[in-house]
Amino acid sequence: MFKSVLIANRGEIARRVIKTCKRLNIRTIAVYSEADEPSLHVKEADESYLIGPARVNESYLNIDKIIEVAKESQAEAIHPGYGLLSENIDFAKRCQEEGITFIGPDSDAIDQMGSKLMARKTMENAGVPIIPGTNDPIPTAEEAKVFANQIGYPIMLKASHGGGGIGMQIVNNDEEVVKAFESNAHRAKQFFGDGTMFIEKVIENAHHVEIQLLADQHGNVLHLFDRECSIQRRHQKVIEEAPSPLLTEETRQQMADAAVKAAKAIHYKNAGTIEFLVDENQNFYFLEMNTRLQVEHPVTEEITGIDLVEQQLKVAYGEELSLKQNDLSIQGHAIEARIYAEDPKTFFPSPGTITELQLPEDVFIRHDIAIESNYQITPYYDPMIAKLIVKGDTREEAVVNLKNALNDYKVEGIKTNLPLLRDIVDIQAFKDGHTRTSFINEFILINQ
Amino acid sequence: MKEVVANMAGNVWKVVVNEGDQVDSGQDVVILESMKMEIPIAAEAAGSVKELKVNEGDFVNEGDVIAIIE
Repeated sequence: MFKSVLIANRGEIARRVIKTCKRLNIRTIAVYSEADEPSLHVKEADESYLIGPARVNESYLNIDKIIEVAKESQAEAIHPGYGLLSENIDFAKRCQEEGITFIGPDSDAIDQMGSKLMARKTMENAGVPIIPGTNDPIPTAEEAKVFANQIGYPIMLKASHGGGGIGMQIVNNDEEVVKAFESNAHRAKQFFGDGTMFIEKVIENAHHVEIQLLADQHGNVLHLFDRECSIQRRHQKVIEEAPSPLLTEETRQQMADAAVKAAKAIHYKNAGTIEFLVDENQNFYFLEMNTRLQVEHPVTEEITGIDLVEQQLKVAYGEELSLKQNDLSIQGHAIEARIYAEDPKTFFPSPGTITELQLPEDVFIRHDIAIESNYQITPYYDPMIAKLIVKGDTREEAVVNLKNALNDYKVEGIKTNLPLLRDIVDIQAFKDGHTRTSFINEFILINQ
Repeated sequence: MKEVVANMAGNVWKVVVNEGDQVDSGQDVVILESMKMEIPIAAEAAGSVKELKVNEGDFVNEGDVIAIIE
């Protein structure tokens, strides 16, 4: 096993990786920006290095600086977490060139899945169902209009290199399509350096369901079942659970098989997730592949008993997966609620200082968290400040546990989405598992 | 006289008008940036920009006055 790992990330995920490394007696090296100097991940790592000013371009995305620190600290491997450099091809390549193990897939796999258009083609060739849409880039707004009329509104306009909900928009008519094309192409160019756009049909009443995969360097691929992540705002997940309440056992198996087949087709290595849209008739369609650890990985850990970060470290080191598919089973039900520093109604960010923090504690509660009392939330990074994960023997029990935990959760000094989360768990459709991706629009925003 | 007020806390990413400019109701005055989100702040009434209270790069809190429109 590695003797030392540098964590090229911040916040709760940096702490999450450090935790597993400590258990495995791996020396941990943290990096941080000037704004994150008082952060918990900086204190908890064995060594910490300042890598630059607050803005991510000058710190957490500064490849040269991170590689320099990795060499200086003699890190054998780098864990990229999620976001930031986790799906950056140049970074993965650079690690390889410098003889430092990148804990993730090789840069070819990131490249293949990083372009949503290329990913569609790859998946189609691997026999995985894809959403009806364009297989080639749409160069102009006029052509977008022509194609939209062919497949019929509503359509989803998407940036091929988009992510985090940026560069995508549902469009309902000719008038909207021209405006949406220009603005999303512009935003995608600005954020991801590539404004290539394409169109997919909107799958009505869809759920977002994803399959967790684990692959070693010896051709073994396992799935760790599914996660339901339909409750979203601004196309970003708010509540996730495992297993999905929507899937029949037959669909669950079919989707897992399709995901494993897809991973094998691209010779995928390390942890990855294939996201699908599933309609209420159990039809499923490939959405995208995330070539990294997901924010919502804890719900999978809670129902399988597997530490995904440990598995990532092992396969990155070259070990063969000791787990077999038959060893894995779903034990109970887990739900994660993401705590965001934001206005619960407008979803506008709310940076500021946390004056008081009280967390619910129980055997069925897990906190993956980056904050403490008197901690300052800066405006520079993602608004997600904590994840609350609860477990139950059944979904009903997990929902009750979540409701109670949310009621006992207290964050003062900034606005958070806790009121929204409490509202969600009280809605009958949530209790019943009828959680379509339109859930927040349908049940929350409409009543405001 | 009307105040243009920040509706979220964040950094002033861009100031898109100058003092003395004529603005229409609904026209963007500044664009705030916070936690990977950009929020344009628009004038609620037409008029001329009498005073800009912020510069690009400044941090504003929710409720802070950004500009005064006359």
